[in-house]
Amino acid sequence: MLRDITIGQYYPADSVIHKLDPRTKLMATMVYILSLFLFRSLAGFAAVTLGLFLVILLSKVPFGYMVKGLKAIVVILLITVIFNLFLTPGEPLISFWKLRITEEGLKNAGFMAVRLIYLILGSSILTLTTTPNQLTDGLEKSLRPLNKIHVPVHEIAMMMSIALRFIPILIEETDKIMKAQLARGADFESGNLVKKAKAMVPLLVPLFISAFRRANDLALAMEARCYHGGDGRTKMKPLKYKGIDGIAYLLVGGYFAAVILLRRFL
Amino acid sequence: MNFIEARKLVHEYIRRDEDDNVESILTALDGVDLDVKEGEFVAILGHNGSGKSTLAKHLNVLLKASSGTLWVNGKDTKDESSLWDIRQSAGMVFQNPDNQIIASVVEEDVAFGPENIGVPTSEIWKRVERSLKSVGMIQYREHSPNRLSGGQKQRVAIAGVMAMEPKCIVLDEPTAMLDPNGRREVLDAVGQLNKEKGVTIILITHYMEEVIRADRVYVMDNGKVVMHGTPRAIFSQVDALKSYRLDVPQITLLAYELRKAGVPVPEGILTRQELVEALCRLF
Ligand SMILES: Nc1ncnc2c1ncn2[C@@H]1O[C@H](COP(=O)(O)OP(=O)(O)OP(=O)(O)O)[C@@H](O)[C@H]1O
Ligand SMILES: [Mg+2]
Repeated sequence: MLRDITIGQYYPADSVIHKLDPRTKLMATMVYILSLFLFRSLAGFAAVTLGLFLVILLSKVPFGYMVKGLKAIVVILLITVIFNLFLTPGEPLISFWKLRITEEGLKNAGFMAVRLIYLILGSSILTLTTTPNQLTDGLEKSLRPLNKIHVPVHEIAMMMSIALRFIPILIEETDKIMKAQLARGADFESGNLVKKAKAMVPLLVPLFISAFRRANDLALAMEARCYHGGDGRTKMKPLKYKGIDGIAYLLVGGYFAAVILLRRFL
Repeated sequence: MNFIEARKLVHEYIRRDEDDNVESILTALDGVDLDVKEGEFVAILGHNGSGKSTLAKHLNVLLKASSGTLWVNGKDTKDESSLWDIRQSAGMVFQNPDNQIIASVVEEDVAFGPENIGVPTSEIWKRVERSLKSVGMIQYREHSPNRLSGGQKQRVAIAGVMAMEPKCIVLDEPTAMLDPNGRREVLDAVGQLNKEKGVTIILITHYMEEVIRADRVYVMDNGKVVMHGTPRAIFSQVDALKSYRLDVPQITLLAYELRKAGVPVPEGILTRQELVEALCRLF
């Protein structure tokens, strides 16, 4: 199940989107997410759709691959749609038993579903076309001003990149421990929720112990390699804006203006 | 002055209870003297809990001595201001390859050390390339460390240390978690760095076979250095080694048993070749 999540997985390809600076992509993603909550008419919807699919095409990531990421939100999607469909007050279109569907409900449910799906698709473009390292570098640099108000930006970025490195290792380890406990007759499948939760204890305890040991070892190894925070640190791959980033900023600006104008006038 | 000089080095692990009262004191290093010249290959042997890792951590100033003195690269480890100099000149490789690789791409991990000491970007690229080449891992530079074998991961870790251009590398049981192939890969890489680049090597190990390459061997027991000398001198004292719960290489043991049984082979035979020659001379 953990393998189904495509968010956070890099898809290597040779495209313009891959070549953009991560800061540009972060900013564009923010603008895009904002625009999702701004449109309220079909014309706005069309503009957002156009923008999204243009970028998907440019990114050279197969559409099918991206859609796989939606599996993770099917349940949330269904709940949102059902609630919006049945609980929005207004003129009833169809009613049966105690339930009724209103025109507003239909519209709300449709837009909410589209927003959620677009949200996942849009943000997965970011993670599919940007390596985790670029992403954390981009975050670190974009958020650097927050250092002034004592937000430990470098440390947060370092934590994120270490987490990304160790997630696969810990997943593998969970698998190993699970098999070891299964071999000793542990049962993770049957019983009610409480029983299942209890069955997790012999899984979680060794996992936590090993995670703490790893953290300890890693801290020592980092210190031995002269790590002492972000001060005076240089980079092997420093971020640099290029020509295409300028063009991208202009296009994103144009897109945002269009969405706002459409919200006003259409 | 030697590259590393330890005099009467003592380290105590002090356990305290909640009210900060001393509950128990464990003397992990008990008056250790150690001398390592630049370019030497020194091995440190010892049973579990004899204090080898504690000593290694001192060489990198990850621990501070309770008493005694330790100079690394002509600098006193008590001096706070030379901390980063010492860590840069005496790099450290640990036992578990997974827990010392920081980045998700091989070359970025190798760059981690130079980045920390503020090496300019263009120089980092050169160093990364040079050190990955020196351990034979250059073709994996863009791989994820998760897909490498244990021996390969350990060589990446060594490259990460090499990229800081240290004079000395301390390796704390670098092969303990590896299969025989991985073990050979790592030892070959280490031997090569020592021979071709003149890097001082301090190898801590459980495996007697790995000690044969060393110029000198220290044997530790209970926090003390109990024997030191050339591998040949050390391995000719089979009884003493056994009393410190250490094994000797199988060939040496065979020669020892032969001597005990009255066959006049010389003491301290280390390799199969030597034993064959010694036996041929007899008959
Ligand atoms: N952080 C610690 N706190 C308290 N005691 C410790 C600590 N680390 C090690 N010790 C104790 O110090 C002694 C020496 O430990 P050390 O790890 O240096 O031995 P070692 O020779 O490296 O053993 P091994 O072969 O198992 O790695 C042991 O008795 C150990 O239990
Ligand atoms: Mg140890």
